[in-house]
Amino acid sequence: MDSVAHRLSAVGAGAALELRGVTRLFGALAALTDVTITVRPGERRAVLGSNGAGKTTLFNCITGDFPLSSGTIRFFGEDITHFPPYERIRRGLRRTYQISALFPGLTVQDNVYLACRGVSRGRFSLLRPGQNDALMHAAENLVQAVHLTNVRDQRVAELAHGQQRQLEIALALAGAPRFVLFDEPAAGLSPAERLELIEILTSLPAHIGYIIIEHDMDVALRVVESVTMMHNGRIFKEGLPQEIQSDPEVQELYLGGGHE
Amino acid sequence: MSLTHDARVPVRTASGVQRPALRGWPEIDNPAAWIVAIVLLIMPLIANGFFLIEIFATTLILGTIALSLMFLAGYGGMVSLMQLTVAGFAAYMVAVFGTSDNANISLGWPWWLAVPMALALATAFGSLGGALAVRTEGIYTIMITLAIGAAFYYFTNQNWAIFNGHTGINNVGTPRFWGVNWRADIPFYYIVLGVAALCYFAVEYISRAPFGLALQGVRDNPRRMAALGFNVNAHRVAAYAFASFVAALAGVLQVWNYRQISPGSVSVGACIDILIIAIVGGITRPIGPYIGALIFVLLRTFALDFLVKIGLDGNRFRLLIGLGFLAIVFWSSDGVIGLWQRWRERLSTPRSSGGRGHG
Repeated sequence: MDSVAHRLSAVGAGAALELRGVTRLFGALAALTDVTITVRPGERRAVLGSNGAGKTTLFNCITGDFPLSSGTIRFFGEDITHFPPYERIRRGLRRTYQISALFPGLTVQDNVYLACRGVSRGRFSLLRPGQNDALMHAAENLVQAVHLTNVRDQRVAELAHGQQRQLEIALALAGAPRFVLFDEPAAGLSPAERLELIEILTSLPAHIGYIIIEHDMDVALRVVESVTMMHNGRIFKEGLPQEIQSDPEVQELYLGGGHE
Repeated sequence: MSLTHDARVPVRTASGVQRPALRGWPEIDNPAAWIVAIVLLIMPLIANGFFLIEIFATTLILGTIALSLMFLAGYGGMVSLMQLTVAGFAAYMVAVFGTSDNANISLGWPWWLAVPMALALATAFGSLGGALAVRTEGIYTIMITLAIGAAFYYFTNQNWAIFNGHTGINNVGTPRFWGVNWRADIPFYYIVLGVAALCYFAVEYISRAPFGLALQGVRDNPRRMAALGFNVNAHRVAAYAFASFVAALAGVLQVWNYRQISPGSVSVGACIDILIIAIVGGITRPIGPYIGALIFVLLRTFALDFLVKIGLDGNRFRLLIGLGFLAIVFWSSDGVIGLWQRWRERLSTPRSSGGRGHG
């Protein structure tokens, strides 16, 4: 298959994320079949496809939540196929969840602090963070960056939906991320919040690549440089956003066929 | 502005809003806590030997065992029914390594060797049980830990080489040094108070330290914790290790208190009593188990007289405890401290729920 990554980067230099023949079976059902994707460092890509196309399963396989039935995954050259999720995260992989996966019993600040702590040393520390704790300050800045400073000390259970979605993103940006998987970050956001989301995504440092699952084409195509279409657990088409958008097969399949 | 912040990059300080994570510790501006602390410290002046040991020392010992359950259940979401078993294991080990009537079993080590040995073995025992239990969640954790507790109970009943069967081990030696018999009522009360205070403050402190915060994260959403770089199972096992150490400390005090240990002290019923104590008191904060233990001990001690007075069998004190337990879980899922908190909030209505975390 004519890989977008090869067309975008002249030499096939070290890929950020490299999936080879990734297959995931649930019993007799093949959620993913022979998925091969290569993403450059810093590349931003959308994964499109109808419900059940295997997009979220793909994310769960990349993060290690689901073991693969076959295939390999490399992250910046390293074979991470058999790594537990936390080892992948410590190497710079991050993800967000379609349905916010936060810690409702803790404050916003503590949520972000945990995210910062998870990718640094001292996870088992029995000493409370002091006034000048670097991670505490890093967490504060991250809270500020996603515009949640005014609710910093509130329990997450008390936040509005849009705020929870912003916190969801903050958790994925803690530490030094190298590659992020965004699973429908715009789900349930108002038009104004969507604009804010687009601004956050486009202002990420250039070295941070990501894959974004997004049903809203307007959001997806404004924040990515390449697109992978999935259908029934397979890669259906890869290309530049305008190619995909104007592709008649894609329009037939995705935009025509029960798009929500 | 950049959205990512490497932990190593020093950054500017934030605005001066008080942060729960950085507030002073221990909280010294709580008058109720001061009153309780002073009353506990001068208790030997107020209470006679019976109250000092049978009520207050017993409350503090049971409360500390229940505190270890509160730590696991309240912060970690793991309901372990084997906390009393871990305490009982430590108690047996004190008897086995220390001195007792039974010279065939007891090795006769001095207390300052026997106690660290007992603590280490009981912590290892509890961590091992925890390592089995963390592979499961919810009701299955309860089942596995209950099975460990039941297995230990029947094992002590049937093993004569180490645990001396259903007779147990009697007349266990208690520490004497600096010319003081530390099992005499007043010194023993202070030892128990000291250990209980240590455990209480340790749990309170750790709840806001990275380890404790991460444990609460594991409780709320283990999958997300893994996606943040935490090894969730290692965290859970570490929590079991810490809780086991707390329970083991209480177990040492328990065997010194009764000077004997037998299978009856580690029965399944006694394991469940610890759960009842923790739930009745409340498992959202470390003070809960001690309140629950006080209620339990008072009922156990005085319900008998009360029941006889109203013409019932005095041994039915568990009926009262059971009714109380039902009432608590029916009206307040977070125990007596939950009732107390809501009552206080009602008194100061305009100040609605703030950003209060656990601990």
